[in-house]
Amino acid sequence: MKFKANVKVMLKPSVLDPQGATLERALRSMGHDNVSSIRVGKLIELVLEAGDEEEARRAADSWADQLLANPNMENHSLTLEQVK
Amino acid sequence: MTARAAVVVFPGSNCDQDCVRGWKAVTGLSADLVWHKETSLPDYDLVIVPGGFSFGDYLRCGAIARFSPVMAEVARLAGRGSLVLGICNGFQILTEAGLLPGALGRNRDLRYLCLDVHLRVENAGTAFTGGYRPGQVIRIPISHGEGGYSLSPREHRRLVDNGQVVFRYCAPDGTVAPGQAPNGSLDNIAGIINGRGNVLGLMPHPERLAEEELGGTDGRALFSSVLAAMKGGL
Repeated sequence: MKFKANVKVMLKPSVLDPQGATLERALRSMGHDNVSSIRVGKLIELVLEAGDEEEARRAADSWADQLLANPNMENHSLTLEQVK
Repeated sequence: MTARAAVVVFPGSNCDQDCVRGWKAVTGLSADLVWHKETSLPDYDLVIVPGGFSFGDYLRCGAIARFSPVMAEVARLAGRGSLVLGICNGFQILTEAGLLPGALGRNRDLRYLCLDVHLRVENAGTAFTGGYRPGQVIRIPISHGEGGYSLSPREHRRLVDNGQVVFRYCAPDGTVAPGQAPNGSLDNIAGIINGRGNVLGLMPHPERLAEEELGGTDGRALFSSVLAAMKGGL
């Protein structure tokens, strides 16, 4: 079975996010005073083959731990869907 | 004794030759260039992981280089007590590899910074800094876009308590004010050492100011300290 995984990688709340801060200032300078708490992350899409959804989730999750995210400064979350 | 030194080369490393030259200029000794595909290294006394943009800095700086075959050997040598020195991208690679704690992220102001900075030597008792005086202020260049150091509060406390913060960014007179680090590093941290005292990482480039003709010599003592430590049997 083939699954498409979306791995969302975000800086931990405790880690400074200069990109988010810059975007927030930019939006405010455009007059959007109602914006706050911008954080910039990464979305990594991949397709993998696995016996079932659970196996696919375990694999993608371990790849995120090993390489796609740095657990020292980032958190990740995962969504999966079966594809043909 | 013959001190054996190596400089690791990844695709995208660009300070490897500078490190070979700096090491030679200060110690008179040669260093082998070692390609990242190597799976077996002799028992070098010193391994330098140099600066550059390994694998294009894709995903995160050092994230891909840490999986190069040579890194298993770097970890083995660190485990046997050899000295490992990570400079700039080398520091990033060592944190990604888990040989040093913490992580390096985007500079506070998002700018790539290429300038001389002042550093205060916070621990002159390491194998890498024995040639400096405690609290000595040195001038060394930085050249990076991702040098903001971060660490969990608990690990940070342990690092400080153990004297593992080796260099801090400071003013020319040696004072360290909050936010002094041009890259936004936590606690103005510029360089750290592991608990065992044989793996050091720093963002500034000592090899770039190790000869008079390059405009300064404050980087020399790092290499001479290493040689002295080797002669003293580490």
